[in-house]
Amino acid sequence: MSIARLAFENRDTLLQLKISGNWLISSGIYSRQEFSRTIETNAQIKEVAIIVEEDTQWDSGLISFLLKFIRECEYKKISVQRQNLPDKIQKMLNLALRVQERNIVRETQNLTTLEQIGDLAYNSSRSFKIWMDFLGEIAIAFKRFVTGKAYFRSHEFWGIVQRCGVESLPLVSLISILVGIILAFVAVIQLKMFGAESFVADIVGISMVRVLSAIMAGILMAGRIGASFAAELGLMESNEEIDAFKTLGVSPVEFLVLPRVLAMLLMMPVLTVYADVMGILGGLLGSVGMMKINPMEYLDHTQNAIKMSYVWIGLIHSVVFAILIAVSGCLRGMYCQRTAAGVGAAATSAVVTGITGIVIATAIITFICQVIGI
Amino acid sequence: MGQEKTSAIRVENLTIGYGDRTILKNLNFTVNRGDIFIIMGPSGCGKSTLLKSLIGLNPPWAGRVFFGAESFWEKEEDERQVLMRKFGVLYQGGALWSSLTLKENVALPLQLYTNLPAAKIQAEVDLRLSLVGLDGYDDFYPSEISGGMRKRAGLARAIALNPEVIFFDEPSAGLDPVSAQHLDELILQLRDAMGATIIIVTHELASIFAVGSNSIFLDAETRTITAGGRPQELLETSKDPKVIEFLTRGKKQGVSS
Repeated sequence: MSIARLAFENRDTLLQLKISGNWLISSGIYSRQEFSRTIETNAQIKEVAIIVEEDTQWDSGLISFLLKFIRECEYKKISVQRQNLPDKIQKMLNLALRVQERNIVRETQNLTTLEQIGDLAYNSSRSFKIWMDFLGEIAIAFKRFVTGKAYFRSHEFWGIVQRCGVESLPLVSLISILVGIILAFVAVIQLKMFGAESFVADIVGISMVRVLSAIMAGILMAGRIGASFAAELGLMESNEEIDAFKTLGVSPVEFLVLPRVLAMLLMMPVLTVYADVMGILGGLLGSVGMMKINPMEYLDHTQNAIKMSYVWIGLIHSVVFAILIAVSGCLRGMYCQRTAAGVGAAATSAVVTGITGIVIATAIITFICQVIGI
Repeated sequence: MGQEKTSAIRVENLTIGYGDRTILKNLNFTVNRGDIFIIMGPSGCGKSTLLKSLIGLNPPWAGRVFFGAESFWEKEEDERQVLMRKFGVLYQGGALWSSLTLKENVALPLQLYTNLPAAKIQAEVDLRLSLVGLDGYDDFYPSEISGGMRKRAGLARAIALNPEVIFFDEPSAGLDPVSAQHLDELILQLRDAMGATIIIVTHELASIFAVGSNSIFLDAETRTITAGGRPQELLETSKDPKVIEFLTRGKKQGVSS
């Protein structure tokens, strides 16, 4: 296969550029360095004539080379003779070199550090205001729901409940059982040193019921449901469906967000209690399997260790997480940019916000529990 | 025209923008009742942004929009929402609610804002879907029908509450020429049948000349209205080179004779 060939012929102020060989895009990009060097060493050159030999194989690879070459000549105030080029090449170059109707000016901002801090502070306060407004709208919609004024499509609500609840059960089961087994395994290794293996049930039971089940269910729901809420509402925003609600005088929060928040509020505590049971079952499997602990003894220890207050703490976690996941998912969706990337970013952001919120909320609730001594 | 018409919409000194960018400024125009009013201009001139300010989605920076005698943006939100029920909007892609069937899409405004019994609502929905040529598609979801059908279904929803004003955002966009012509004919028939005022945001010349009874031209550089009038008259009499270039698809440029 022939290669791209470029020959220079210097005739006083005129430089002849002879192009031959293979100039197909598949054969790679030809460097303009040789030309640049020739120009620099021959300052008298004022004109360049381009000649494309008859046997030259070319496609857009040659056009892109010539385009850059011509622009470099223009920059160096060297005129280019193009009249001898084959007709097709001339037409392509004419198209590429036609004068743009409008100069595109991209606004660039070079912010100082202080301005960047100010920008960050402004955006943070704006973001906070958006969150508060959104929560306010949900509260208004909830009040209308309670007083029977809200437009509420129950079959759509139950569909969301099914997605949040029943369809999440297999994943919640798997993760909770595995967490229970892992917890039992880690605890048993430590407790064995003190001959207190039977207390593994206390550790697994208390950890799962107080906080771990809610956290695991929360993280799963943030990934599964929070992201889907954001993507659904984001797509609706892109398709102007949310605008259509607004121009009809219907609150999109009441129609779209409220059922999602209520479905999460209903299902998160249920999933948390279910995860409690699965986690304890996992702990039992781990303890019995590895340490040959008597199952009845394990269950007896679990029953004695878990207080009702722990169950309530777990349920409080789950309610807070439900609000965080549903609100962040819906908010990101409703405020998403109207592009495919915008919908993707909304889903990602919903998950990140949801999980971050879960961790922060856990820390706060744990601290409060410590302070009030439960 | 020899007879005085009352205005359906009047815009006074309207300035609109996003963030810190002015999109359009000092807009003044009147849409008479029964008009098919075209808002035209090149891409990026702010046509859709203006539409959003007219339908209550984008508050203006300055100026006023009157629906009849009511200053739209100076009303409280509740009152504004009542006014909004007097108009229907056909969005560019139809904007049908994807989780609802066509029947449910058209029925929703009736369920929300009328006390009609279910059987009567069903009859009204059937009528609307028949008017746009979609009878028999009641139980289809938006994802199950073509783009052109989605627009017609969107139109059926837009006319659900017998609006006084119907807004169309780029109705011909994405349609083949025959479907676009059918939609134009439908717009004319609806105007005649319902007596509604119609406002269309478009840059499709065929539609502009086929249906437009009045128009404004938005200029992307000056960010304001640079011409107004019946589209055919604008083509014949305008001396604005941008208007001529736009209305002749760039075939004629410069000052007309």
